[in-house]
Amino acid sequence: MAEMETADGSQQRGFINKYNKDYYAGALMLFIGLGAAYQGSRYSIGTLSHMGPGFFPVSLGVLLALIGVAIALGAKSSVPPGPEKYLAPEWRGWICICLSIVAFIVLGKYGGLLPATFAISFISAMGDRGNTWKSALGLSLVMCVICVVVFWWALRMQFPLFQWG
Amino acid sequence: MIEQSLIDLWHGFGVALEPHNLMWSFFGVLIGNLIGVLPGMGALSAISMLLPLTYTMHPIPAILMLAGIFYGSQYGGAIGAILLNLPCHPPHAVTCLDGYPLTKMGKGGTALGITMICSFFAASVGIIVMIFASPLLVSIAFKFGPAELFSIMLLGLLCGGTMSQGSALKGVAMTVFGLLVGIVGTDVNTGTARFTFGLVELSDKVELVALALGFFGVTEFLRSVNRMQVVGGGVSVRLRDMRPSKAEMKQAFFPMVRGTLIGTLFGAMPGTGPTITTFIAYAVERKVSKTPERFGKGAIEGVASPEASSHSKTQVDFIPTMTLGIPGDAVMALILGALIIQGIQPGPQLITEHADLFWGLIASFWIGNVLLVILNVPLIGLWVKLLQVPYRYLFPSALFFIAVGVFSTNNALFEIGEVLVFGLIGAVFVALDFPVAPILLGYVLGPLVEENLRRALLLSRGDFMVFLERPISATFVSICALLIAGQIFFAIRRSYLKRRASSQVNQDMPVNQDA
Repeated sequence: MAEMETADGSQQRGFINKYNKDYYAGALMLFIGLGAAYQGSRYSIGTLSHMGPGFFPVSLGVLLALIGVAIALGAKSSVPPGPEKYLAPEWRGWICICLSIVAFIVLGKYGGLLPATFAISFISAMGDRGNTWKSALGLSLVMCVICVVVFWWALRMQFPLFQWG
Repeated sequence: MIEQSLIDLWHGFGVALEPHNLMWSFFGVLIGNLIGVLPGMGALSAISMLLPLTYTMHPIPAILMLAGIFYGSQYGGAIGAILLNLPCHPPHAVTCLDGYPLTKMGKGGTALGITMICSFFAASVGIIVMIFASPLLVSIAFKFGPAELFSIMLLGLLCGGTMSQGSALKGVAMTVFGLLVGIVGTDVNTGTARFTFGLVELSDKVELVALALGFFGVTEFLRSVNRMQVVGGGVSVRLRDMRPSKAEMKQAFFPMVRGTLIGTLFGAMPGTGPTITTFIAYAVERKVSKTPERFGKGAIEGVASPEASSHSKTQVDFIPTMTLGIPGDAVMALILGALIIQGIQPGPQLITEHADLFWGLIASFWIGNVLLVILNVPLIGLWVKLLQVPYRYLFPSALFFIAVGVFSTNNALFEIGEVLVFGLIGAVFVALDFPVAPILLGYVLGPLVEENLRRALLLSRGDFMVFLERPISATFVSICALLIAGQIFFAIRRSYLKRRASSQVNQDMPVNQDA
């Protein structure tokens, strides 16, 4: 179809665009379904009247794989009507959010609640282009105060403010 | 039977009005309202953030508080939709259509007032329906064996998958994915560790809070960081503005009743989400109206009906959740999870065994709705200010609260890792146009579905006909079949119409998109 080609040509910059989205979606479901069925088949399956632990996972996996195939097959007919707004990938925000959670876990283990609190709010705040390092610093200090007052002092959480290992 | 219900309800009021229960209910409503107002935060994130707090509490105040958070945040969502055109809460997206034009006309206060009246009316009707319907449902529910439970859960899952927004097939795929996530952990019958990837921490199932906050917190942040546009402020609402005039009341009355009816109907149906309910209420109102052209330009009916429907649905939703153990939507799934964590098995026995909890909850709805009205009148100015908190401050603080909240569920850092993983998975799913809400439904129902399937087939010695031989179960199975057949029919018709339309478009204008 002519309509499809023009749109495809101009949207090539998107790895995921509205035309191949359903192919990826179907493939992903097929992959997850087969993986689950394969893993499930390693537990004992049993019989219908005496199901083993593997029966339910295998049947769900097969079902999901079939749905995945159906999604991919239906990809052409389910093209959304209006032109979709192209969203540029937001690497800075994404990386900062993921990094901030990892930082909370690592610093929570080797450092304690307070460093972890500072890290999660500072790093994630830096992910937003509207924040300067000063405003991020201010926000994380406020969070540290809340953390000490609410979680450590008022709710007595089982998480020392400072610890090692 | 109804007399008994009324006596029980009276007791329920006694329970709900006990000072510490009332306090938690109030706290829930306040926090729910507060979080619901914040842009990008909904009932789901509010409940899952505060869920860990309830682990140490007595079941009754815990459930009262969670329910309070639920309808509080629902109300908060309406404020954002009406005053700032922020459709951050999908069920309220439709309220924006007419609510925001009303604000621009300087009638935002009236719209809020109408919303408040409608919510209260709808909630009251919902509560009355609960009082009459639940004893009835319980008498039927006692006839439920494993086969019936399995079939009705199947129906709930199917509704949850197909009735969510977007492609039905993708919704079902997400439901199945949720069921698979529900399998992770130790099998109760044999002790086999399933899908644990060799991690000891996973042998005790995936953490409900981590799952919910991953899919509805982190995914949402990943999606809207640096993309959230803050809408200009300058809205001021005074107390005086909130009282609607007599003419406006008259105009909103029948839409309110219709919305309430639609919400009640959809609430009783398991699996239908709140978003679809409000959209249908709006569509019906537009169809019924003599002046459909006013819709979208500030018609008060367009605010009254959807808001009423969402609130009556909320109340009625508790019936299948509490009496059958089948949550209507993702939020109900979360509340069901909270009940199970508290050691209360939802089901027909719940009303008789935990009468204080059930009727206390019903009574607390009424009290909570009164509290909401009282709370919102003086605090409306504060909510408006809160609406303008920039997203760049909001999401880092929310991330911190998520991390601490998830940590406190088990006092372990492992669950925070789960949040990150689910957040990333959710972001991929959302990018591929999958709805994530059915995952939660599947996750909560998964173990129950498997258990009842096993039992039903054990009793029937492996004969699948058991699901069709028993009348109640057969009814549910045939509704499921109808639902699937209907979906296939509509999909085929849609693609046929589209093919015809697009071939026409191609003839008319060869290149129609400049994108």
